[in-house]
Amino acid sequence: MIQDVMAWVLLAAVAAYACAGGTDYGAGFWDLFAGGAERGKRPRWLIDHAMEPVWETNNVWLIFVLVIMWTGFPVLFQTIFTAMWLPLALAAVGLVLRGAGFALRKPMTRLARRRIYGAAFAVSSLLVPFFLGAVVGGLATGRVAPGTKASADAWANGTSVLAGLLTVAATAFLGAVFLTADARRFDAPDLVHYFRLRAWCSLGVIAVLAVVGLAVTHHDAHYVHEGLTSGIGLALVLVAAVSAVATAGLLYRTATGWARITAVGSVALVVVAWGLAQRPYLIPTSLTVDQAAGASTTLRWLLLVTAIAMVLVGPPLVLLYRLDTSGALQPLAENDLRRTAANRDPGTDR
Amino acid sequence: MNSAIAIMADTPPQLLPARELMAFTLASHILLVPFGVALPAITLLMHYRGLRKGDAVALLLARRWSAVMAVQFAIGIVTGTVLSFEFGLLWPGLMGRWGDVFGLGFGVEAWAFFLEAILIAIYLYGWRRLKPWTHFWLGLPLPLTALMGAFGIIAANSWMNTPRGFSLDADGNPVDVDVRRAIFTPMFGPEYWHFVAGVILTAGYVVAGVYAVGWLRGRHDHYHRLGFTVPFTVAAILTPVQFMLGDSIARSVFHKQPVKFAATEIVWKTDTHVPEYMFGRLHPDGTISGGIKIPQLDSILAGFSPDTQVTGLSSVPASDRPTATQATIAHWAFDIMVTIGSLLVLLALWYGWCWLRRRDLPRSPWFFRCAAVAGAACLVTVECGWITTEVGRQPWIVYENMRVSEAVTDTRASSLWAMLGIVIVVYTLILGTFLAVLLKMRTRWRAADEQHAGADVAGTPEGDTPYGPRRTTAAAAPDHGTAHGDGGGQ
Repeated sequence: MIQDVMAWVLLAAVAAYACAGGTDYGAGFWDLFAGGAERGKRPRWLIDHAMEPVWETNNVWLIFVLVIMWTGFPVLFQTIFTAMWLPLALAAVGLVLRGAGFALRKPMTRLARRRIYGAAFAVSSLLVPFFLGAVVGGLATGRVAPGTKASADAWANGTSVLAGLLTVAATAFLGAVFLTADARRFDAPDLVHYFRLRAWCSLGVIAVLAVVGLAVTHHDAHYVHEGLTSGIGLALVLVAAVSAVATAGLLYRTATGWARITAVGSVALVVVAWGLAQRPYLIPTSLTVDQAAGASTTLRWLLLVTAIAMVLVGPPLVLLYRLDTSGALQPLAENDLRRTAANRDPGTDR
Repeated sequence: MNSAIAIMADTPPQLLPARELMAFTLASHILLVPFGVALPAITLLMHYRGLRKGDAVALLLARRWSAVMAVQFAIGIVTGTVLSFEFGLLWPGLMGRWGDVFGLGFGVEAWAFFLEAILIAIYLYGWRRLKPWTHFWLGLPLPLTALMGAFGIIAANSWMNTPRGFSLDADGNPVDVDVRRAIFTPMFGPEYWHFVAGVILTAGYVVAGVYAVGWLRGRHDHYHRLGFTVPFTVAAILTPVQFMLGDSIARSVFHKQPVKFAATEIVWKTDTHVPEYMFGRLHPDGTISGGIKIPQLDSILAGFSPDTQVTGLSSVPASDRPTATQATIAHWAFDIMVTIGSLLVLLALWYGWCWLRRRDLPRSPWFFRCAAVAGAACLVTVECGWITTEVGRQPWIVYENMRVSEAVTDTRASSLWAMLGIVIVVYTLILGTFLAVLLKMRTRWRAADEQHAGADVAGTPEGDTPYGPRRTTAAAAPDHGTAHGDGGGQ
């Protein structure tokens, strides 16, 4: 019982990472394809400003996913990290390059150096979601079981590659939708148009990949395929599809606030549908939730910690996103340092 | 000698690269930890002073430190995420078997860290638009979240040192997990407080050191005095406290992990009236060369009496204790830490003496020279403390329950060596750039200050970066406008 609840929490954390982290990777994806230094200047400016205050928060979800995994389902953690060694190692290297690239490119003054760090950030924004998606795809095929040694076969197969590509496309979609909204927020009509077009394109790519995926997974990942094409799994996928189409329509009417919600909804629903399709397995068809679960006392405590944390973290998280979307969060510039320090603060001080 | 060969034969080839990789990434990450944990607290202290006294200089310092925090926190997140990957990539055996026993600490840490990331974003990016006191209060929980995060990590590490809260079934797997006992293990308290004091004083000395250098170069202004005094006072108060805490943790190790204590003090034979060696080198046959020998002292330090019996390394089979080389490493790390700690106590006393007598900073340039070096010395002690606790525990990853070699991944050694190579190159680049960015920020700020003092001197060519001054002359007017206007997109 408790292990099922924890499995849901894990799935929720994965969905949260897919949405928050996904948006963040998507911004990096568009940074990569923004063109040369001159042509890509404005999109990159928007990407920087939109991501800056929230990117750390977006990416901490991943740590949470890992911690729930090894505390709640240690066997699952051990199995995944043993069998999928290479893609996960590459994803880890990608995460370093990405974070450092993003954090360090701005303080760089020379264009050449900015380019190097910008490239590290952008390229790894593409690679990390690809490898993480490939891991998930590999798990779905049932090629991995507890005790499986690291092998290329586990993650270099049709389903894995497709899942990787689909993940990248989904991040691109989320990124474009959010950047369209940010472009509106920052009053840049040209960029609204720019990113809206990209959101539509990535939605098209997702549709194509999904159709291909149906064919590929039919034999290769039969269990999950069944789960996603029948019953509640299918229902969720359909709602997700409707939600994605609605996003396209809302973008057309530049109702960007709603578009963000439907876009996040569609991605989250697909993740939940995938989780449902795997039931009762964490790794189909070799490791069930019950088999993978750790000690039930630990799970109870983990749930308690999660509940307390949600009460503590929830309000600040809402506050952060509200402050961010209302434009109350801005990076410091030295000019502000000097002037406001000298003139403004003592004045407004009560 | 035979036993050493037996151990070597027992060692999988991937053990060495896995260890090196973990050691390298942790050693790098741990240098950032003091700032992640303590810089928000020191900054908030300065921030409070600025708001309370209407001191523009204090506010300026707080803002600049928060700009440093922004870059530091970003790099810290990156290196920290790598560590959580490495638990799986390098030590799947540890996590698979023990994850549910000791993982909860990480759960606490992950949430605390999440909260910290949120609050730090609000704090860092709220300077321009939030009301001053609202902004301060929103930042105030930051040190608490940092302490909470440290709680989780130290709980996990202290569990590895003194594992409890489970029993083993017939196959040797842990059952009957008792989470409370697993978190509050005997080493937890000593490790936690030693860590907390250590990181705060390290951050304090490093920050103060920067202004000590400025002071030595003749910049005796309010800005440098404040930038030096606030962090240095915090660190100086904690230094003697840390000395006591260090003594207490050493005694806890003596009681709870006697073999580790024997390694850090290179004690070979269980005996009373054991001498203390300052440095020196332990050989596999139990002899010691070099170093300074102080008769009886080790027994006295361990149990306040020369009659105290100290357990020696030879009390357990060779396969269950650190090798002579590992013991020597742990011993040197321990001695370096203690030596630096003692010198810092003297420095703190010097400062305290002058403050009590004259309510002023010491005048001697030697004081500032020492203060400038203190930060770097503290970072060395952080590394040494970590080496002592990790190397001293060898060959156990879970003390007396699982060897490092049982936990290691079975991925080929060559992949791990390749990964180590990549990580060294990437980390060197990142940490190098990080330092370069900090130095550049300092240069820019100094330029901005000098220009501010000398009114309208021609601007230096600057790029638009959020961390340094924007183009100081030409762009000053529009930027000024933005700061007071709606802010818009800039």
